[in-house]
Amino acid sequence: MKSLEIQNLSFAYNKKGPQVLQDVSFSTEDGDLIAVLGPNGVGKSTLFKCMLGFLKKYSGTILLNGKNISELTHKQIARQIAYIPQSTHPVFNYEVLDVVMMGLTSSLKALSSPKQEHIEEAREALKSLGIAHLERAGYGEISGGERQLVLIARALVQKSKILIMDEPTANLDYGNQFRVMQRVAGLAKEGYTIILSTHNPDHAFIYANRVVMMFGGKVIADGNPEEVLDAELIRKVYGVEVMVNTFENTKRTHKLCVPKDTEF
Amino acid sequence: MTEEKTRHVPNYRLRFILLILAALLCILISFAVGRFPVSLADVIMVFATEIFHLDIAWDYATWSTVINIRLPRILAAFFVGAALATAGAAYQGMFQNPLVSPDILGASSGAGFGAALAIFMDLGPVWITAFAFAGAVICVGAAYAVSRFTKGSATLSMVLAGILVSSLFTAMTSFLKTVADTEDQLPEITYWLMGSLAGADMGDVIFAGTLIIAGIIPIFLLRWRMNVLTLGEDEAKSMGINPHRLRFIVVACATLITAAAVSISGIIGWIGLVIPHFCRMIFGCDYRRIIPSAVIMGGAFLLLVDDLARCMATVEVPIGILTAFVGAPIFAYLLMMGGRRA
Repeated sequence: MKSLEIQNLSFAYNKKGPQVLQDVSFSTEDGDLIAVLGPNGVGKSTLFKCMLGFLKKYSGTILLNGKNISELTHKQIARQIAYIPQSTHPVFNYEVLDVVMMGLTSSLKALSSPKQEHIEEAREALKSLGIAHLERAGYGEISGGERQLVLIARALVQKSKILIMDEPTANLDYGNQFRVMQRVAGLAKEGYTIILSTHNPDHAFIYANRVVMMFGGKVIADGNPEEVLDAELIRKVYGVEVMVNTFENTKRTHKLCVPKDTEF
Repeated sequence: MTEEKTRHVPNYRLRFILLILAALLCILISFAVGRFPVSLADVIMVFATEIFHLDIAWDYATWSTVINIRLPRILAAFFVGAALATAGAAYQGMFQNPLVSPDILGASSGAGFGAALAIFMDLGPVWITAFAFAGAVICVGAAYAVSRFTKGSATLSMVLAGILVSSLFTAMTSFLKTVADTEDQLPEITYWLMGSLAGADMGDVIFAGTLIIAGIIPIFLLRWRMNVLTLGEDEAKSMGINPHRLRFIVVACATLITAAAVSISGIIGWIGLVIPHFCRMIFGCDYRRIIPSAVIMGGAFLLLVDDLARCMATVEVPIGILTAFVGAPIFAYLLMMGGRRA
């Protein structure tokens, strides 16, 4: 099933300004874990904002389960797509459990607040991510990696089958990057369709079954990372020389990307 | 598991019950405070007589002090305090800024100008209230309209438009003061701007109280969604909220209750800024608890300050001055505490 179809999407923030996205097209299959790669400012976040219905003045079509996203309300979109933003320091220091319960808002009536059963749902989500012990902690006081996991828990209680993650590993230390990406890969196995942006080609090699490479507002490569992501493409996009080699992991072999030795 | 289980979870329910009891105590004491001596027992018995139609003959002075003088004033103080604290909490959430107060969009300057204009035109007290209310609504409406035509962040442009429009109204008030009659109009304008509940009668209480209750109810019902909007527009959208609509409704209600409050009390600062912070320290950041606690704590706090205003000196001290005297040190203390929870 193609749950999300993007057809000829173009976008500019100002009418006379530069085109941030030019004729972008791709679609997702259920269970995909798509890594969107590309240099800073290439339009990855803008693409996500269009897909989430935050930005509406684009040209082209975005179909969500066959329906044009520009005709859906925020609530209707929220029931199908959950968004996991980069974790920022909150203005108000909510308890972790409350932050998770906010994901339930799209299934609540307009004037009601979460009930006991919702608390249990939120607890389950925290437990499934291994951070049940944080439920009473202040969201502003936990570490960046824990905050990212809380945001994933919040997306899980939203019960939307598509997850869009804006650089889930940004600002995380090596261990937390590892932990967050493992959880994300696990969610794809459970049947979620995941689209995430990343700056690390290895994340595409290790976790993703598809890579979408953006450059100059366009999609210049789309496919299985093992097939389309090579040294040539990385040099073209990032302007650096790398070696892409096969690496024998414990259960499978996959490619990895390392900087080429050069004169310093 | 064990370590975290033992982490202290505050008993918010107990705290809320204590807050309500403290507020009831404040109300009761306020009836007994003042130049004319009325004992607490008398206060209770006067009300018992009224409610249960007991056959007790009160001397008129005692009865009238409790029912005609102190009751409207206590109700006015409680309503105004509750309104300003709730509006402050709502604005702080909607602008994602804990340093915002209810007059951020110009409600106070608008009310000030409206009142000054009514006094300048030699209109009666009812008109002063009506003009003040209209001034506040017009001023905030103008700020909202200006912000709709600016680019960039919606919250930032609203705050900037509020500053802009409110300085315009303050200038107009100053102009009225220079041309007003110095014998009676100027002192009256000045006194109104300092804020006081001395003139509040039962008519004022019914007018403002109705509007305040009407404005607080939607805010109370939307308090969970306000939580979500404090995370920012995009995140709120991704969880199914229409941020512009929600912000408009909450800001409109908060403006309504602020306008209703300042129209009978004059300009009273600090309550709307300090009380929400207090609520956060005691009840956490969750708006499900902040809104009800701000209503009660704001009401009780202004009532206590008004008691001070009534009996501190032989001449009544304007309450707007006292709230600053009491509020500023409290806020300084909060800032020094670092506001870990806020």
